[in-house]
Amino acid sequence: MTFTRRQVFGLTAGAAAFVAVAPRISFAATDDTEAAIKAFTGGAEPATGTVTLDTPEIAENGNTVPVGVSVESPMTADNYVESVLILAEGNPSPAVATFHFTAMSGAAEAKTRIRLAKTQNVIAVAKMNDGSTFIDRKEVKVTIGGCGG
Amino acid sequence: MANPKPRVKVPKKASKGEVITIKTLISHPMESGQRKDKEGNLVPRQIINTFKCEFDGQLVFECDMDPAVSANPYMEFNAKVENSGTFKFTWVDDDGSVYESEKKITVE
Repeated sequence: MTFTRRQVFGLTAGAAAFVAVAPRISFAATDDTEAAIKAFTGGAEPATGTVTLDTPEIAENGNTVPVGVSVESPMTADNYVESVLILAEGNPSPAVATFHFTAMSGAAEAKTRIRLAKTQNVIAVAKMNDGSTFIDRKEVKVTIGGCGG
Repeated sequence: MANPKPRVKVPKKASKGEVITIKTLISHPMESGQRKDKEGNLVPRQIINTFKCEFDGQLVFECDMDPAVSANPYMEFNAKVENSGTFKFTWVDDDGSVYESEKKITVE
């Protein structure tokens, strides 16, 4: 197989652009997200399950994306969900909101509306009063981004 | 800026020990600090950073918000009611302003 001069140029330029741009976009935000999760859990690796994130599969408008989170818990004075951290790893800053529950909440469920800059994973990390942590991730496809404009 | 107007929906009546759903909304632009105006200057961040719900002085639910919460922040959460009382809702703005709202509930 032989390459024409034009093909060679196209390939090298394309590859160079990919190498230069891709890591900066995809990994920088993820590092911030990992750091935020670590800070929230105190370094522990959260288990999956128990916490459920409810997001739409496709969000047409990134300016208001309905997000719900619910955690399985009896919510009594000795066994309740302390807080839930919501992160969006593709946003300029991944932090979205932190919910704090008490035994008076009755059920560890909350809904709000958030901004998403682009198609990305939304993450919920729940922390129980005994210190155990749980995580859930959902991908949301965003048609029109919700930052700047 | 127009004075943010809180709107809260709490059921008027509940039975003892019932878990009720509370919905709140407050009109606020939630300026993220990422947006630029026509001249290309960054619009400074101004958001509501904390929301709190108390029942007769006891904390029920609290939320720390970051700029990724949408304009006119909406919150839906639950509360377990054992007796009649008053829910107090507080929103704290970046500029230090505090917006408040109160709702009574009767437990039968």
